[in-house]
Amino acid sequence: MSAAHPPSTLSAARAVLYKELTLERRAPQTLTAMALFCASAFVIFHFALGRNEIEGAIASGVLWVTLTLAALLGIGRSFVADREEGGLDGFLLAPAPRSALLIAKAMTLFIFLLIVGLLASMLFAVLLLGPTPTVSQWGSLALLIVLADLGIALVGTLIAGIAIQTRARDLITSILALPLLIPLLIAVTKASEPLLSAGGGTLVGRWLALLGLYDLIFGLLAYALFDYLVED
Amino acid sequence: MPTTKSLYGRRLTGYAIATGIVLTAALALAFFYAPIEADQGFSQKIFYIHVPLAIVTLGGFVFGGIFGIQYLRSGDTRHDLRSYTAIHQGLIFCIGALITGSIWAKAAWGQWWVWDEPTLVSFLIVFLLYCTYQPLRFSIEDPERQARYAAVFAVVAGVFVPVNFIAVRLASPLIHPRVLGSSGGSLPNDMRLAFYSALLGITLLFITICKYEMASKHSRAQLAALRRSLIGEHDEPAPARSAAPRIAVK
Repeated sequence: MSAAHPPSTLSAARAVLYKELTLERRAPQTLTAMALFCASAFVIFHFALGRNEIEGAIASGVLWVTLTLAALLGIGRSFVADREEGGLDGFLLAPAPRSALLIAKAMTLFIFLLIVGLLASMLFAVLLLGPTPTVSQWGSLALLIVLADLGIALVGTLIAGIAIQTRARDLITSILALPLLIPLLIAVTKASEPLLSAGGGTLVGRWLALLGLYDLIFGLLAYALFDYLVED
Repeated sequence: MPTTKSLYGRRLTGYAIATGIVLTAALALAFFYAPIEADQGFSQKIFYIHVPLAIVTLGGFVFGGIFGIQYLRSGDTRHDLRSYTAIHQGLIFCIGALITGSIWAKAAWGQWWVWDEPTLVSFLIVFLLYCTYQPLRFSIEDPERQARYAAVFAVVAGVFVPVNFIAVRLASPLIHPRVLGSSGGSLPNDMRLAFYSALLGITLLFITICKYEMASKHSRAQLAALRRSLIGEHDEPAPARSAAPRIAVK
């Protein structure tokens, strides 16, 4: 070791993030699974609802239920490779701050969710959505996806950190994540509803505020508590 | 050797008697002293049970989170036991609040479940979240890690409760009777007396049951330790898998 001082949080986080993205690029696993899940879910919704085109509240619900369940897949995979291949122990041996792992993992999940959100909403517009959103409505929808994905990534990483050490990992991930994400889903589905309606509509400020509040609170909480989860 | 000094539940009898007296008095006040509400009639009486149950449930969850923070800061397993008991009993009281709320909804609006009713829906979501506390504990074997993760959960869930209430309230029109609200009509004095004594009674009931659960867990651990020392076995056996915190007998 040539460096005398331990790496800063950001440089450690950048290194882990780079590792995660390289892994996914070399052997795409999580992203492809999430995208395929979304496509299948849209087909299922087409038959289950018995409609060729949907709009408004139903459209908003279908889109966000699909994206949330796809996010659960990503959350469930988040720490699996590290745990199985000893990456977690390796990270703990390194003199890097623990929060770097949280930042890197949350960023990874955030990037995955953004890509899936983008692909899935375009696919959704082609397959199921009745009205064609305007450019500004697409912009608002993109803003919602960013804010919601940030919250899902933060809460998801916290839950993935808890679930990875339990026996029934998949079970714990789903039953913990879904209730915790309900406030976020309330805000984002209500906010998307006018954007996906036939008449067209705009964003309502209070839902954006609620999403921002959710992201802020759970971001701080994850940052404060994550150290206790990787203490071994 | 376990001594009687470390026995728990010392003030349990006092709490139990106080609970019995206050709760009986509160029910008597609610049924015989407080007037029949003009709008909802006799069915409004369930308010004296439902609202205190709901308040005490939330209080139990908040204290679960506070003890969780104390456990994370100190590593003292007594805080873990307190956090566990508060959340465990809070969950049971939460079921009580949901059922009484449902009965009230049936009486007031003619339906067992009302989705327009933010407080009831919030309670359901909070209930669903806290239902995962026991499975989470059960799926972690190492007692120290179990306590640590459970404490993290208790803190996250404790913060979740107000956020959830804000989100659900924003999403639905208000029809819940806001008896103690700032805008709603305040309670007349005779109703207020019955309500506050019911609140005190349910709070005492919660404390008594929590103390009872902790005393029972402690005495069972001490009994097992005594039994072991009687048959000359000094090693503690491998613990059975359990969601409950392990208690070390000194």
